[in-house]
Amino acid sequence: MRILGLAGRRLAASIPTLILILIGVFLLLQFAPGDTVDAMMAQMGGGDAATAKELRKFYGLDLSIPAQLGNYLWRLVRLDLGFSSIYGKPVATVILERLPPTILLMTASLSFAFFFGLVFGVIAARGVNRWPDTLISTLGLIFYATPSFWFGLMAIVVFSVYLQWLPPGGFEDIGTVRTGIWRVFDIASHLVLPTLTLGLIFLAIYLRIMRASILEVLNLDYVRTARAKGLDETRVVTRHVLRNALLPMVTLIGLQAGTMLGGSVVVESVFSLPGLGRLAYESVVQRDLNTLLGIVFVSALLVITVNFIVDLIYARLDPRITAEG
Amino acid sequence: MDLTRLEINRRNVLLTSAAIATNVVNPMRAFAQEAPRKGGVFNVHYGAEQRQLNPSIQASTGVYIIGGKIQENLVDLDANGQPVGVLAESWEASPDGKTVIFKLRKGITWHDGKPFTSADVEFTAMNMWKKILNYGSTLQLFLTAVETPDAQTAIFKYERPMPLNLLLRALPDLGYISAKHLYGSGDIRQNPTNLAPVGTGPFKFVKYERGQYVIADRNENYWRPNAPYLDRIVWRVITDRSAAAAQMEAGELHYSPFSGLTLSDLARLSKDKRFIVSTKGNEGNARTNTLEFNFRRKELSDIRVRRAIAHAINVPFFIENFLGDFAKLGTGPIPSTSTDFYPGPNTPQYPYDKAKAVALLNEAGFKPGTGGTRFTLKLLPAPWGEDISLWSTFIQQSLGEVGIPIEIVRNDGGGFLKQVYDEHAFDLATGWHQYRNDPAVSTTVWYRSGQPKGAPWTNQWGWQDPNVDKTIDDAATEVDPAKRKALYAQFVKEVNTELPVWMPIEQIFVTTITAKARNHSNTPRWGSTSWHDLWLSA
Repeated sequence: MRILGLAGRRLAASIPTLILILIGVFLLLQFAPGDTVDAMMAQMGGGDAATAKELRKFYGLDLSIPAQLGNYLWRLVRLDLGFSSIYGKPVATVILERLPPTILLMTASLSFAFFFGLVFGVIAARGVNRWPDTLISTLGLIFYATPSFWFGLMAIVVFSVYLQWLPPGGFEDIGTVRTGIWRVFDIASHLVLPTLTLGLIFLAIYLRIMRASILEVLNLDYVRTARAKGLDETRVVTRHVLRNALLPMVTLIGLQAGTMLGGSVVVESVFSLPGLGRLAYESVVQRDLNTLLGIVFVSALLVITVNFIVDLIYARLDPRITAEG
Repeated sequence: MDLTRLEINRRNVLLTSAAIATNVVNPMRAFAQEAPRKGGVFNVHYGAEQRQLNPSIQASTGVYIIGGKIQENLVDLDANGQPVGVLAESWEASPDGKTVIFKLRKGITWHDGKPFTSADVEFTAMNMWKKILNYGSTLQLFLTAVETPDAQTAIFKYERPMPLNLLLRALPDLGYISAKHLYGSGDIRQNPTNLAPVGTGPFKFVKYERGQYVIADRNENYWRPNAPYLDRIVWRVITDRSAAAAQMEAGELHYSPFSGLTLSDLARLSKDKRFIVSTKGNEGNARTNTLEFNFRRKELSDIRVRRAIAHAINVPFFIENFLGDFAKLGTGPIPSTSTDFYPGPNTPQYPYDKAKAVALLNEAGFKPGTGGTRFTLKLLPAPWGEDISLWSTFIQQSLGEVGIPIEIVRNDGGGFLKQVYDEHAFDLATGWHQYRNDPAVSTTVWYRSGQPKGAPWTNQWGWQDPNVDKTIDDAATEVDPAKRKALYAQFVKEVNTELPVWMPIEQIFVTTITAKARNHSNTPRWGSTSWHDLWLSA
């Protein structure tokens, strides 16, 4: 019940933010020169003025900007995200189609980064300033400094072109129809490289945070107490240090859930995945306002949800923080 | 077999591969003996998804690359660039040019089994070409009716003379037929058939998964005997050009059309004997790089300044160092690939001559001020390709040297069109002019005055010339091919003299295709054609 109350309050607090974001994006896109008909003309390689005028009417662009915004918000109140001009389908359908690959990729790479960040962070902290620490920190820095498109392309060149172990792109094999567990394996094999590419960059951040946080906690009094009562080092780290050191990691995961949606534009393009990032990019280039606002809406919802879950985990990890706080 | 023998065998293998490499250079000779093989899946790089797939309502290569395999046109171009019948068997024009009769092929059915008749032609021409199709609406402006005395005859009636050679060169692009029974009622633009096209072509639409792929399968009832050879075509949506190149190398893609890869990947793959990288088969998709002048800037309305700018830029140097073999020096709005209309290079040209540029600028009264600056200009490059970006930087550097600093303002597609062709918020703009086999289709609009504000790729320069207007109008309705050619030669001479737009580079799209493909690139607009004779060697 308490959780539901918290969820309700959270949601109520998010709604004004959400509306402000949507109006902001709407106005921002009005400042960009050209509308969806210009973008369409660019794509078609030309057309005459009469066609353009008719198309503007067709897409509802002949109305004034306040009227368009008003229409949009009124539709949103009725939970109608509108019609996509690039796809010729309701925005909700378009987004629903694109959501599974994005969520799969996002959870996979976040979990990857979180898990290995944690493990390597602990190893680095325990061997601080010795060779394991230096090695891990250097590798982390390299991953962090490498642009993800380059990393993705190199992964394709190595694992798909030369070794031919993994498919170079796409979400699943088109050639053969697979069902059940084989389809799961097929999709998984397509997601290995994108997950690694997206995950490695975040891995670097997680391991740095984890290392720093463990080093800090290791100096606290209660750790000295634990050692004094004769616990071996492994037990000290796993049972006493880790739990407290995890708090900044959890904060980070909440913050990065949002970044991951944006960060995946590059990875989705390189690996030709049909995800939300690419859809967002396309809708900006094509000036497809409805789709873009729809994505912003869904992404905002996703970030709000993730942050809510993070709050719950906080309370679980550290009993001093209650859900009330 | 001992080890020494093995060594020798390896040498033999190397020799054989050298022989294969030679064959790649000379494909026709090597493949003459090979028997066509049925079957196989052909994987195509699809770089930019369109909003729909029906070529009767949208003229662009992004639609033809898919829709052109499923739907067919009345006529297409043969290997020599001459019109050849597809759905039309023969044609004839009345001497006054106001009537064109098409005889249609018999026994053709749509993919859903319904017969193809002149009613489909009438419906498509009047409702799609004339009303919706970009460039079609201009071409068919004076089309008043299409009469259908019987199922195999379509008579096009024009209010003003329509030159037959213009119509036949425009129809390969602007002459795709859609089924009347599927579009007969309701809004054509919103018809679901646009995303699941039904045609008469060699491949039947199967599935379109947005953002991922399009699939079409072999049409068993195709009207050409023994065609098509391929079982299936898969178009894979890959927006990242470098990733597409990697997929070519991994064997996941067989063909990347229309310069879909980066210039560096094209250069790299051209040395790989598994691929053929060539401009062949794209002659019908020629384009020129432009430099567009805004006459609302008083400096640019002075002809000496426009000529000085042209003289200040070393085009051959740019081509040699940045574009390589895929481009050549242009001589005006009609490219040299257009054998029917190319007037030759003897029209006014502006070779690189920095001293002359400086002299012209001084003569025009724009003396260098503080820091050697004469005046500054804003240049808007179109975002269509790498070459435009390189070209705009080259212009910036070249003009900087003669005292005209350039500010480059980059936009995405929609933004570029809006700012240049609608808001006229540019001094110089640069992009591509697409030449579509006849100057009347999409070339003369760059020069004819009276273009509505906002129409992209038209004369929005604030410039007009009654002589040029007259030449363009005369040529558009001239029925005699020889006289038409002469009129267009005069047109090129006039616009190269006045220079409202400078078109100094000629380019043809580059194809990257697997060396296993046969019967490819054998017509001037091959990427857009139906691929009924394309096959893959084992």
